[in-house]
Amino acid sequence: MSQTELEVEKSTQEVVAFCVAEQDFCFDIMSVREIRGWTETTTLPHAQSYVKGVINLRGSVVPVVDLSDRLGFGPSEPSARHVIIITVVEGQTIGLLADVVSDILAVSDDAMHAVPEMVSDQVKAFISGVVLVEDRMIRRLDLGRVVPTAGREAA
Amino acid sequence: MSAAGTDDFRSSFFEECEELLEAMHDGFGLMIDGLGDKETIHVVFRAVHSIKGGAGAFGLTALVAFAHHFETALDRVRSGAVTASPDLLLLCQRCGDHLSDLVATAREGKDLDPAPAISLGDQLDAVIGPPVAAEAQTDAAADAFEPLSLDLGDFGMVPDAPAEVSGYQLKFSAEPELFSSGNEPALLIRALARFGTCSVKAHVADVPPLAQLDPSMSFITWDINLETDASEDVIRDVFDFVTDCAHLTVSALPIMAQPPLPDLAPPPSLPSPSNPVVEAPKPKVESAPQPAAPTASLQTIRVDFERVDKLINLVGELVIKEAMLTQAVGTIDLPTGHDVLQEIEGLKQLAGEIQEGVMAIRAQPVKPLFQRMARTIRDAGTMTGKRVKLVMKGEAAEVDKTVLERLVDPLNHMVRNAVDHGLETTEDRLAAGKPAEGTVTLSAAHRSGRVVIEISDDGGGINREKVREIAIERGLVTPDTPLTPSEIDALLFMPGFSLKDEVSELSGRGVGLDVVRNEISSLGGRLAISSEMGQGTVFSISLPLTLAVLEGMIVVVAGQTMVIPITAIQETLHPDSAHIHTIGSGSRVLSIRNTLVPVADLGAMFGFRKEPSDLEDHVLLVVETEAERRCALIVDALHDQRQVVIKSLETNYAQISGIAAATILGDGRIALIVDPEGIAAGVAPVPANADPITHTADEGELHVAN
Repeated sequence: MSQTELEVEKSTQEVVAFCVAEQDFCFDIMSVREIRGWTETTTLPHAQSYVKGVINLRGSVVPVVDLSDRLGFGPSEPSARHVIIITVVEGQTIGLLADVVSDILAVSDDAMHAVPEMVSDQVKAFISGVVLVEDRMIRRLDLGRVVPTAGREAA
Repeated sequence: MSAAGTDDFRSSFFEECEELLEAMHDGFGLMIDGLGDKETIHVVFRAVHSIKGGAGAFGLTALVAFAHHFETALDRVRSGAVTASPDLLLLCQRCGDHLSDLVATAREGKDLDPAPAISLGDQLDAVIGPPVAAEAQTDAAADAFEPLSLDLGDFGMVPDAPAEVSGYQLKFSAEPELFSSGNEPALLIRALARFGTCSVKAHVADVPPLAQLDPSMSFITWDINLETDASEDVIRDVFDFVTDCAHLTVSALPIMAQPPLPDLAPPPSLPSPSNPVVEAPKPKVESAPQPAAPTASLQTIRVDFERVDKLINLVGELVIKEAMLTQAVGTIDLPTGHDVLQEIEGLKQLAGEIQEGVMAIRAQPVKPLFQRMARTIRDAGTMTGKRVKLVMKGEAAEVDKTVLERLVDPLNHMVRNAVDHGLETTEDRLAAGKPAEGTVTLSAAHRSGRVVIEISDDGGGINREKVREIAIERGLVTPDTPLTPSEIDALLFMPGFSLKDEVSELSGRGVGLDVVRNEISSLGGRLAISSEMGQGTVFSISLPLTLAVLEGMIVVVAGQTMVIPITAIQETLHPDSAHIHTIGSGSRVLSIRNTLVPVADLGAMFGFRKEPSDLEDHVLLVVETEAERRCALIVDALHDQRQVVIKSLETNYAQISGIAAATILGDGRIALIVDPEGIAAGVAPVPANADPITHTADEGELHVAN
């Protein structure tokens, strides 16, 4: 019995779940550095529309990606209720603008599923799977695909 | 000893090598200039010798072999067996260069092609004769700085050495690593005591008060007197495991010498570790390699660069916080002279001083950089068959370390150019009545908050007729463009301009001066050129002292606060419609003091808005770039001028064209710093000498090829 428990432990992962355009998304909590309230950004010239601008994170210049715009739901109108999830992706610190953070969930491998066929292509390009928790379906974001491409392409 | 400990020793060995190589190159330089004295050759010899010793400890066989060969040759010069002819000195310099290469490759853990070492070795042999093994070894044994790792066998060749001594005086002090590598001085001293009667005096003058004491550091120096009949090798063996992290001098006490020092304050006869040969009584005196010894007068510490950078970042934060506090207090509307305002003023000054102090830590003298150029000049001289002398001036001037590192490539390029293109051939020089040997001068000087580095040659100067021809050939200018001499010189910096019909092994690799100029301007520097026919050419680089802060003008464009570097701003003016002309479809130029400058809206360039048609409520900033391209930027308002802390955009995002970096303002928000270079590149140019009367809107196109 204890053996089984151990295995369950091993294959459990913690994710942070949040809402964008009234849909549930999540990603590995290990990528999250902190969650902040919305602050005004400084607009960047020649940036993709989904890059809201940059904010000052304790002395570092951190770009903020509007997830709603990035995932094809149209640009969001950020208010004080919005949150910026600070993540580290491939060594770069990036802020992701989301409507609200809902949960931190422990998800076992059993609950992870491949992306169902019917999901629209726009979203499908950014998610690496879905998680079924009770009656909710949470889309698992592939962070590497969400971050701005400007720097990588130029490099 | 842990692996990490070994790594520490290794890296400190290579750091010491840098210093030793510098001392060696300095010495050769002095000798070639005829300025060396008796001591110079000893300094050079000891430097090579210490490198060899250290390299032996790390098993760097190729380095040891070459250093040994080189050292043997130097020893013969030192002993007067061979005269230091100019040819031999040049050969020695090349050997020194090779030694630098060997150290560099050893540091990276690579191997170097052995051919040059063999060839140089053969050349050395040809000049000084092949090394006589026994002689070399005896000399080595007599040397004051023979390192422990190599002299174990040598010493036995001096048969009467042990008989002369009744004991030893040891002076021992430890680096902090001694403790971290698990060694303990007390155990070492106890081990010594096994060989005879031992008296120890600890010098504790350097030990700080308990509250400030770092227990992992060693502050104590020990004087040990040991009466024994054991050989010096046996004594030194005790310290075998700590040679890399301690300073040890062992001097033999002759028989019948004074008894162990009654008063252990250092008596006059106690050999000083820095020059034991001079002061010691008759017996041989040895000391472990201790390159740190000469620094006694100027105390330095080695600090991890990351720690300094972290401190600089924190100070930057402090300056920003101070600005935020000032701004917040400003909103309270306190009466003038209020205590709070005074205290804030004090805080501001303090923060400024701390910032200055921290920046100074990063500052490094330009000397090592110049010395690298000496090497480049030698190589370039050999390849082109020109005799070249390097003159260095103001090499003590200090510049930010990062700036120095990034100057290596541009400077290399310019120095090679100076030898290859700047200097004439020996025949031409003689024909022109100049000395056969060309001179390249590198100078550094501080001027009004910037450092100016000049690379000048005494060559033939820029052949402007030829430059012009080439520029026309390459389609950079039209044949009928009138150009002043300085404009012709500026053509050298244009992309695509390369004297390709003079392709040589050295220059003309398709990397032109434009690349050099871009590199300089990315450092916030300016590159200028001046040349006189028959007299030579001067390239001068003006650089900021630091990359961490920048003097900027705060402006507002389309609701965004932005910073424009002060160095680029020539003047600010309110647009007067009489001076603004429209050319073609909507592009505007400003006529100012008989020249035309293209006008561009900063907001429109960054895609923040459409270019305003009415400039009544706006301000024009005339900026000039390194290439002396000017443009007038439209902004909405000017705020104050202040120092801003530079923050990278690239770390978490990417480079943006027209933006140099970012900074954080007093309100905690980010402002972007405009890159005048990038902006000007996006603006259609107007020739600097264009006559406003001939280029009105009716005449349309300007005949500028770009």
